[in-house]
Amino acid sequence: MSKSVIETPPKGGFSFDLCKRNEMLSKKGVNPPSFRKTGTTIVGLIFQDGVILGADTRATEGPIVCDKNCEKIHYMAPNIYCCGAGTAADTEAVTDMVSSQLQLHRYHTGRESRVVTALTLLKRHLFNYQGYVSAALVLGGVDVSGPHLHTIYPHGSTDTLPFATMGSGSLAAMAVFESKYREGLTRNEGIELVTEAICSGIFNDLGSGSNVDICVITKGGKEYLRNHLQPNPRTYTSSKGYSFPKKTEVLLTKIIPLKEKVEIIEGGDAMEE
Amino acid sequence: MPKEQANWSPYDNNGGSCVAVAGADYCVIAADTRMSTGYNILTRDYSKICKLADKCVMASSGFQADVKALQKHLAARHLIYQHQHNKQMSCPAMAQLLSNTLYYKRFFPYYSFNVLGGLDNEGKGCVFTYDAVGSYEKVGYSSQGSGSTLIMPFLDNQLKSPSPLLLPAQDAVTPLAEAEAIDLVKTVFALASERDIYTGDKLEIVVINADGIRREYMDLRKD
Repeated sequence: MSKSVIETPPKGGFSFDLCKRNEMLSKKGVNPPSFRKTGTTIVGLIFQDGVILGADTRATEGPIVCDKNCEKIHYMAPNIYCCGAGTAADTEAVTDMVSSQLQLHRYHTGRESRVVTALTLLKRHLFNYQGYVSAALVLGGVDVSGPHLHTIYPHGSTDTLPFATMGSGSLAAMAVFESKYREGLTRNEGIELVTEAICSGIFNDLGSGSNVDICVITKGGKEYLRNHLQPNPRTYTSSKGYSFPKKTEVLLTKIIPLKEKVEIIEGGDAMEE
Repeated sequence: MPKEQANWSPYDNNGGSCVAVAGADYCVIAADTRMSTGYNILTRDYSKICKLADKCVMASSGFQADVKALQKHLAARHLIYQHQHNKQMSCPAMAQLLSNTLYYKRFFPYYSFNVLGGLDNEGKGCVFTYDAVGSYEKVGYSSQGSGSTLIMPFLDNQLKSPSPLLLPAQDAVTPLAEAEAIDLVKTVFALASERDIYTGDKLEIVVINADGIRREYMDLRKD
């Protein structure tokens, strides 16, 4: 009987077969392509009526800005939003996935989603992937048990906090929060504080920039203030504009008509079934 | 036993971009004023442009400690030249000196990416562009630094003749007027600060012409 290799169907999760080869290649100086990270500042805080989330809008690929106005505050449920930092694909995929899981759960239970549900679904997924899904999230929302704010780290640990920051600009934003946060802020005070924290990240961290997005969630509903503040307009536009002439010069124009392959017969029978 | 790698590097990159454009009777040299390390900004107000001689100015991006040492070295050599020859160094002479100075440290280079701009002995604008170890070339325009990959294609599109077949080989000088060249440089830096995180804050423009040297500033994106 001949020995045959049984084709097993691929298992789910990550395949680490190429790790050794990648390591060998990087030792020789051949580096793998970098992921597009959001190099971000994201914040959240709890105020007297609910939760305010804030984020900057710059997405970077190494030292280059690849998106000047991306959306980092993701929808999870009508009363729950999530800001994402880290690898852009990971934050998008994980929030979309949990958002649809929450919707199915809402149909199943007939009740409004709770923030702790989203929290558990996210942390279970991230822990399962042992930190390889590089998503650092700030999850906030208001449900029947009140306003909630959580941070979730790529390895799956979570914190429950009154104010939180994540991303490369988190230290700049946390400096603002630690000096100015107090309990029982009003809506306008909260928005102002979040804007200030995000601006601190935008101007002092090179990985964050462009505009400020805000999302205010209360028991009554949510308010998504896209581009609430735009402190970085283009600095100089030339008044005369620039033209871009064609740079490939035409040396010779020669047109050769192709021969007709089909001869057209005039008259003939009309087409029949 | 596999080769061990050093965990400490003597170099750091402080970011930033420089541009120089040569004209028929002027030269424009510009650089941003942001100095950074990693994701942090060290200062928003650092000049990368240094006047080496009367009609010769250098802009350098890269590791500013090495740039500072290089500038000091060149200034000292220029002083010696003045004592020995009783005149200022011309731009082409300074260009050669800079190239030799850089190659001298071929095996522990100055991490400095330079563009040298000025007027030659006849009063025509000239720009020399260098790599880190001293290879140089006289050109009509050049850019170096973190934003150079974004800036250079735009300058090529606007200033370079499309092909040697259409126009005869150019004299390494752009046909633009001084005001147009300054406008181009401002546009180019506004463009670079949009997409390069290391370029921004303020733009310093130095213009050299027959009347002397003048300095201009413009605000750039601060994020």
